[in-house]
This record gives sequence, C-alpha cells and structure tokens, in this order.
Amino acid sequence: MAAKTKGGRPSGKVVYDNLAFKDRFRRDAQNTWREVKKNRSKYLFIAPYCILFFIFTVCPVLISIFFSFTDFNMLEKPNFVGFNNYYRMFMQDDLFVKALGNTIMFAMITGPGGYIISLVMAWFINELPHAARVVLTVLLYAPSLAGGMTTIFKIFFSSDAQGFLNAWLLEWGIIDERIKYLENENWVVPIIILVVLWGSLGTSFLSFIGGLQGIGREYYEAAAMDGIKNRWQELWYVTLPLMKPQLLFGAVMSITGAFNIGSIISGLAGNPSVNYSAHTIMQHLEDYGTARYEMGYSSAIATMLFLLMIFLNQFIQKCINKVGE
Amino acid sequence: MVVFLTTFTLLMMLPLIYAVSMSLKPNSELWKFPPNILPVNPTLKHYRDLFSLMSDTWVPMIRYIFNTLFITVVGTFGHITLASMAAYPLSKYKFPGSKTIFVIIRTSLMFSGAVLAIPNYLIINSLHLIDSYAAVILPAFSTTLGLYLMKQFMDQMVPMSLLESADLDGASEWRKFRTIVMPLVKPATATLLILETQRLWMTGATPYIYSEEKKTLSYALSQISTSGIARQGVGAAIQILMMLPPLIVFIISQSNVIETMSTSGIKE
Repeated sequence: MAAKTKGGRPSGKVVYDNLAFKDRFRRDAQNTWREVKKNRSKYLFIAPYCILFFIFTVCPVLISIFFSFTDFNMLEKPNFVGFNNYYRMFMQDDLFVKALGNTIMFAMITGPGGYIISLVMAWFINELPHAARVVLTVLLYAPSLAGGMTTIFKIFFSSDAQGFLNAWLLEWGIIDERIKYLENENWVVPIIILVVLWGSLGTSFLSFIGGLQGIGREYYEAAAMDGIKNRWQELWYVTLPLMKPQLLFGAVMSITGAFNIGSIISGLAGNPSVNYSAHTIMQHLEDYGTARYEMGYSSAIATMLFLLMIFLNQFIQKCINKVGE
Repeated sequence: MVVFLTTFTLLMMLPLIYAVSMSLKPNSELWKFPPNILPVNPTLKHYRDLFSLMSDTWVPMIRYIFNTLFITVVGTFGHITLASMAAYPLSKYKFPGSKTIFVIIRTSLMFSGAVLAIPNYLIINSLHLIDSYAAVILPAFSTTLGLYLMKQFMDQMVPMSLLESADLDGASEWRKFRTIVMPLVKPATATLLILETQRLWMTGATPYIYSEEKKTLSYALSQISTSGIARQGVGAAIQILMMLPPLIVFIISQSNVIETMSTSGIKE
C-alpha cells in the first residue's frame, strides 16, 4: 500500500521490482530444471536408496508426528485431538514423567560413560604394536557383538540357587543372605548401567581407533617443537582437535546407542520393572503401542523421544566443537 | 599401563568366559555350590543337546537357518549395492537437492530404530509386506549408517581426477561407478558387510513375520533357551554359537573396518 502513489497507481519502481523478481524466479527455476535434467543419471543412482529411505525412515517420522495429534487406536477412524496427547503426557501420566526422568538418567550415564571408555581405550591401544592392537580391538569389540547377552547376565545376577554372584559372595562370607539384584529397586539400575557399559565399545570405539591411526607422526613432531610438554597437552592440543570429526561421529553413535537400551532393560528387569524403577520411555512406548494399541498416545511419546534425541545431539555437537580451544 | 589394559580386557571378557564355561559345564556342575568359574569336566553335551532339540522342533531347524541366511545375504548384498550407488553421486557431484538429501540422511543417524518401530509396522502392514521376508529385507536396504560411512569414505578415497579423466574417455556414469569407484572403496564395502551381516544375523523379526516356517534362527533359538530352567547350558551354547559368525567376519575384515572408520568423521 505504501508503495502506491496518490492517484492509486502503483509506482514504477515497485512494478519494476516485481517484474525483476518474477523474471529472476523463472530464470532460477529454468536453470534448476536444466541442472536436474543434466544430472539425470545421478538421480537414477540415488533413487532406489532414497525411495526406500523415504518409505522406511522419513515416513515413520511424519506418521508419528501426524498421529500424535489424534486418538488413533488401530480400530476406529482417528479423530483430531489437538495437543491432548501431549497435555496428558506431562499433566496426567505420572509414569511418563518418571520414564522421561529415567531415560535422561540412563542416557546421561551410559552415553558419556561409554563414549569416554571408548575414547580412553582407543587412545591406550593406539600406542601398542600392531599385533597387540589388533587382538585387543577384536577382544574389546566382541561384547558389542554379543547383543546384550541378557540371558547370561540374568543367571549371573540371579537370586535363586544358581545365581553366580550371590553364591560367591555367600561363600566368601561377604553377605549372609541372597540379594535379589534384579528384583530390588536399588540394585537393578546400577546393574543395567554396568551391562550397557559393558557392550558400549562399539562403532564409536572403532571410529576413534580409525581416527587416531589417521594422525601422522609429523603432527606430534611439529607440536613438540612448538613447546608441547606432556602427554596431556599433546592429547588436548594435537590429538583431539585432529580427530574432531570422529569425536562428533562417535557422539552421535553413543547418544543413539544410549537411547537404544530398551531391550537390555526389558531383558534384565522385565517390563514393567519392579516399582517401575527402570521404566524408560522405550518401555512406556512398548506398553502403549504394542500392548494397548493406543497409537495416538504412543505416537506422541515417540515424537517426544525423537525430539529429545535430536536436541541432545545438537547440544553435544556444540560442546565437542569447543575441544582444543 | 600394560597391567591396566590386561585387567580391563579380562574384566570385559569375563561375561563371555562365563558364557563359554557355562556352555561346557555338565549339569552337575551347573548346580554345584559354590559354582566353579571354569568347568572341571568340560563336556560338549549342551551343544549335542542343542542339535537334538533342534531336530525335533515342529519346523525343521534347517528351515530357520535358511530363513536367517536368506535375509542376511539378500539384505546385506542389496544394502551394499543401493548404498554405494547412492553414495557415489552424493559424494562426488553437486546437483540440485544433493546437499539437502545428505543432511536429512545424516540427521537420521541421530535417532534409533526404537522410535520408528510402531509407524514402521503400520507402513509395512499397509504395503502388505507383513509375514514376508521383504518386511525385514527392504528396510535393511536403506540402513542409514552404511550410506553415511560409504559416502565419507568416497569423499576421501576416490580422487576426482580419475573420474574426470574417465569423462574425457566418454565413460558412462555406470561404467565409472563399476570400474573406478567400487574397486577403490573395497574397505568400506567390507565394513558395510560386517555391520549389516551382524545386524541381520541377530534379527528376531518377530512383529513382522508370524508364520513359523518363515521365522528366523535367532527367534527359534531364543524359544529353546527360555523354555525350562534346566536348559541353561543349552542357552549359553546358543549365545556362543550365535555370536561366532559375526565375530569371525569381524576378525577377517577388521583392518578394512578400521581404515573405513578413519574417514567416518562428521565434518562441519
């Protein structure tokens, strides 16, 4: 409106700008289209993967977000319910709030814990001669191949006659009666954390080893000339900044892993666990999604979990970018 | 340092040693108090029991083995083919949308499959893929980690100059991909092979496949090990046997894996 002159006619300048914009837009579109046509073969190469990726990764996210605003239950037609599911989650579902707290607690311990163990072990074995390094890489990576081994750990910590740990503690006279490790609120959480940490030398561990081996000797020699005094300075000012890309990648893997421990928790503590002491969002999701078929509500839970993962990842990446500064 | 590394490795090995020892203990030793750490009279009885239990399951065991092998081989092969085909243009060329596509794929590394399980079931259901091998195989084709690692490896290990000189010879994209790119990325191929084999080999696939004759080995074995307290030794034997194939693949390909991982980093 302001661009119009007194007589109500559009001023010449605005008309010119509009034309230019339209023109520019058309030219850009034509250029893009020409680029697309020129790269036809590239699109053919990525098409099969991208179509499947869209169906099995992008669509589920979109579907979750969509259903989270409905009361879908697999039987009736879904009705739009606005933010009701989210309101219910935080205001009426005490168990969800507890599960959220537990999820963050497990993630905060097993994520950074596994990450630091992986980094320290990778750093240590990087110093070893080739053969020893290969053997240790295989041995330390092996637990993450075992996939939790909850059946074995259940027997190890069992409270019945076969419980291995109890048997020895009794024999040594450290305890007088069997401890119900997996049925006791105070024990079950640390045990889960221990089992998760045991299997946490996975992809990020391999990535750190790869990253460390990619750093040439010349960097350390140059750093020594620049006055780097001890191993810690070397680690902070030379090694870590040079492997920052691997640190970022490892963080993504560790966070994803820390949120993926649902099966270990259910395997060790059962679902529901005693007094919901190890109840996480994963268990809550399983409960509402596969047992009660409340798809609308469980989609809202999944969406929350999804947002939490993305948020934590962004946060951690910001932190890691400060390494060596 | 050496002491620390040895102690730490032994601690990490303890549950595995425990599992191996359980699978070798005769029943009398499994019930002994206090239990021994290592078996006194090791026996392969549980492994023999496992095979006899396997032979009188309702569906012949060989069928479960075939199912898992089929899913693992087809899934892994398809994943490697599709992921490297997609990684090649994303890594080496710029074209409209290329950057956005990769950012979306990289972001999806950040959330785990647990979040997607329920909507994935709905999708597989609406595609009428429930109770078919495709319900497991098709999603496996588009695993994100594989494409990401392959693309990062190509970024550093496939020199643009080779591709340009092939352009001068008038080579087609497919020819460049087959004769230049793929031979250069063998370590990354080996890495995708181990990661995907490992994942698919362990898959239970229970919600997607309900016909008994299409179920996987991992599912069948977990049924055996959970049916009865006296089967602890057999249960341990199962754990060991299931772990062996991925472990062997890893030992063979570990130097390739480490080489690939040296390019795995996220660059801003």
